[in-house]
Amino acid sequence: MSIRNQQSELLDLISSINFALFDTVLFLDTHPTDQNALAFYNQYLKLSKQAVNEYVRYFGPLTSDDVQESNEWTWVNSPWPWEMED
Amino acid sequence: MWHYEKRLQFPVNIANPDAKMAQLIISQFGGPDGELGASMRYLSQRYSMSNKNVIGVLTDIGTEELAHMEMVCAIVYQLTRNLSMDEIEKSGFAPYYIDHTTGLYPVAASGVPYSVMTFQSKGDPITDMHEDMAAEQKARTTYDNLLRVIKDPDVCAPIKFLRAREVTHYQRFGESLRMLQDDLNKKNFYAFNPSFDK
Repeated sequence: MSIRNQQSELLDLISSINFALFDTVLFLDTHPTDQNALAFYNQYLKLSKQAVNEYVRYFGPLTSDDVQESNEWTWVNSPWPWEMED
Repeated sequence: MWHYEKRLQFPVNIANPDAKMAQLIISQFGGPDGELGASMRYLSQRYSMSNKNVIGVLTDIGTEELAHMEMVCAIVYQLTRNLSMDEIEKSGFAPYYIDHTTGLYPVAASGVPYSVMTFQSKGDPITDMHEDMAAEQKARTTYDNLLRVIKDPDVCAPIKFLRAREVTHYQRFGESLRMLQDDLNKKNFYAFNPSFDK
């Protein structure tokens, strides 16, 4: 698999995990003591952190907080999410 | 994609309600040079911006403007707590109260509802960056006008912070304009639109 395919596959994984997380946040806002939802949230939060850490390490920052310590600010280097590969 | 943080960028703690001041300050929520319009302007302009650094500036400032909108709303909310009917009528707040009670609705100090007609997204980087620099100066003037009217130090502190951010944003947009010009024909910046003429 090419690097670019690995990148888009990992980003798709993050999007899926984080959508599940976010949808659970909405559910928990109105069901704050639902134990199944709380367990699901915590499980997916761990998965999300792992996937994001891996993405940031190989493909660059997702938020400006993710920018790795170096001699250059890399926040704007990777493509913006609406940009298509020409 | 965005995330919300449950805090204000700069603290707002106003001890004494003042409906008259609320009615003036709300202009920086829904007025012609307010924070809502600022955020929508920058976040709308990003897509057709031709320089990746400038897209970063528009993204990050557009995001900060949402936090400023939240601060302005927090100020208005705290200034309109526990008002008596007598205070509402005497302060001139009654017309707003009739339509919105003490809910936050984006209007100008004049009472005119927020309008997207107050900003532009022109799809030409040089044009948009001049608009953005002007917008920061217009907002700075509005905060200066407010600071001449506001006496309460609890209200002045966050307004002074917001005013200072307009100056910083103006500086960053000025640098952005220079970056855009560096990408262009030095003899004629307006020879073509770098976002449209490929």
